[in-house]
Amino acid sequence: MPIITPIGRVVLSFLAAAGRLTLFALNGLQHCFRPPFFPRLIGHQMMEIGYYSLPVVGLTAIFTGMVLALQSYTGFSRFNAESAIATVVVLSVTRELGPVLAGLMVAGRIGAAMAAEIGTMRVTEQIDALTTLSTNPFKYLIAPRLIAGVLMLPCLVVVADIIGVFGGYLISVYKLGFNPSTYIKNTWDFLTVMDVVSGLVKAAVFGFLVALMGCYHGYHSQGGAQGVGQATTNAVVSASILILAFNYMITSMFFGS
Amino acid sequence: MSVPKIRIRGLHKAFGPKKVLTGLDLDVGARESVVIIGGSGTGKSVLLKCILGLLEPDAGSIQIDGEEVVGMSVGERERVNRKVGMLFQGAALFDSLTVWENTAFGLIQARGLAHQEAKTIALSKLSQVGLGPEVGELSPAELSGGMRKRVGLARAIATEPEIVFFDEPTTGLDPIMGDVINDLIVKCIRELGASGLSITHDMASARKIADRIAMLYEGKIIWAGPVPEIDRSNNPYIDQFIHGRAEGPIKMQVRA
Ligand SMILES: Nc1ncnc2c1ncn2[C@@H]1O[C@H](COP(=O)(O)OP(=O)(O)O)[C@@H](O)[C@H]1O
Ligand SMILES: [Mg+2]
Repeated sequence: MPIITPIGRVVLSFLAAAGRLTLFALNGLQHCFRPPFFPRLIGHQMMEIGYYSLPVVGLTAIFTGMVLALQSYTGFSRFNAESAIATVVVLSVTRELGPVLAGLMVAGRIGAAMAAEIGTMRVTEQIDALTTLSTNPFKYLIAPRLIAGVLMLPCLVVVADIIGVFGGYLISVYKLGFNPSTYIKNTWDFLTVMDVVSGLVKAAVFGFLVALMGCYHGYHSQGGAQGVGQATTNAVVSASILILAFNYMITSMFFGS
Repeated sequence: MSVPKIRIRGLHKAFGPKKVLTGLDLDVGARESVVIIGGSGTGKSVLLKCILGLLEPDAGSIQIDGEEVVGMSVGERERVNRKVGMLFQGAALFDSLTVWENTAFGLIQARGLAHQEAKTIALSKLSQVGLGPEVGELSPAELSGGMRKRVGLARAIATEPEIVFFDEPTTGLDPIMGDVINDLIVKCIRELGASGLSITHDMASARKIADRIAMLYEGKIIWAGPVPEIDRSNNPYIDQFIHGRAEGPIKMQVRA
């Protein structure tokens, strides 16, 4: 059976990669909870991920809210159901688009930067130097990034939710001529705590995934500048795919059945 | 004889089908400076990385102060690494930190010294290698190759280690700067009373730094002896290497 061998080889290498990644993640997580901690490094990463990502995440959110309002108006006006626009905007943004788009933007911005920085440290032997200076690279490099990712992405998503809903409000009120107070009432009426919470849980998971893929690919990069470039690409692509896959799984956990 | 600082027996390391170390034996005594010479790509850096625990050997034993370090846990390894300092081939300075923070890194992270105290020590180590306090505030990207090597040296000796490793300390430097680094290495090892293990393919450097020279060829130490004996070893491999001849028993693998 000549076809079985290559399939088996692919499956085996996939399993090996998944195993390596899992071990890497567990090792990183373990150092998130064990002292010594590096508050300065965590703070630095939180600024990078949270504060400096605000403009790009805010812009993404406002245009998304606006386009949602516009498109759902096109659809719902055919059924005289325009009042549902506010609900569609707020639910789509808090449940799905806020966390997913923020996650993808941060993957492009932060995941790439982490992979490039750690990858460069790997190929210039700086990670080896850490070890010889009795400092565990997982503690010094990986754990602060994982912690900052998990903490900051939910904050970004709260901001994205507010700005996204505001974008929908802008279009509905100033372009489509809705009554502002009715729009706001419609927004609040159908929004539940669960909608927001599910979005924030997603955000924390995505933040972990982005930081994990950035660190993992950077840590294992080899072969000079080209290897670092490869690691950067892999970090962004794998983080993006994982975000979309986990988004589906978390949605079906919260809202399935 | 007392317990050697480093004792290596039967060390094997391969990367896939490529055998790099094939049963290497080596001792480094207390306060002794050993230099390993060998061609490029013979596995000198791999040997150092095995000793430092950065690579896991396939077989063999490495003892530091009589303590087996192969297969040691990460935590134990950190404890042993407190005894060592390492100057990397490319200096491997942390480019997110300033020069003095690089030098003080081991003092702050491994020894738990306060920043101010660590900075004082770091600046005095930098002055030992001929760099003034104004250099301490620079970032590594602003330094020349020779200065980077000196900062790397200052970082390696800052914690006053018992064993110092040097990976090609003079490669890529002009002959004068190379000699300055050689002098610094000799001085640092002597002042610390430390053992030194250096690797190089620069014979002038080897003669200057070493008490004893060992030659690595095809994964084994093929000759080892005190510096003066190297010129009358009657070993064709050694003779070819120290005279830098293309003709001889050592066949460079030249691949297109
Ligand atoms: N991490 C690694 N993976 C695969 N091969 C390696 C690795 N590190 C070193 N090698 C190989 O081992 C050999 C010896 O390398 P090295 O010890 O760096 O040589 P040198 O004596 O010049 O320091 C080289 O052929 C190199 O290709
Ligand atoms: Mg080398």
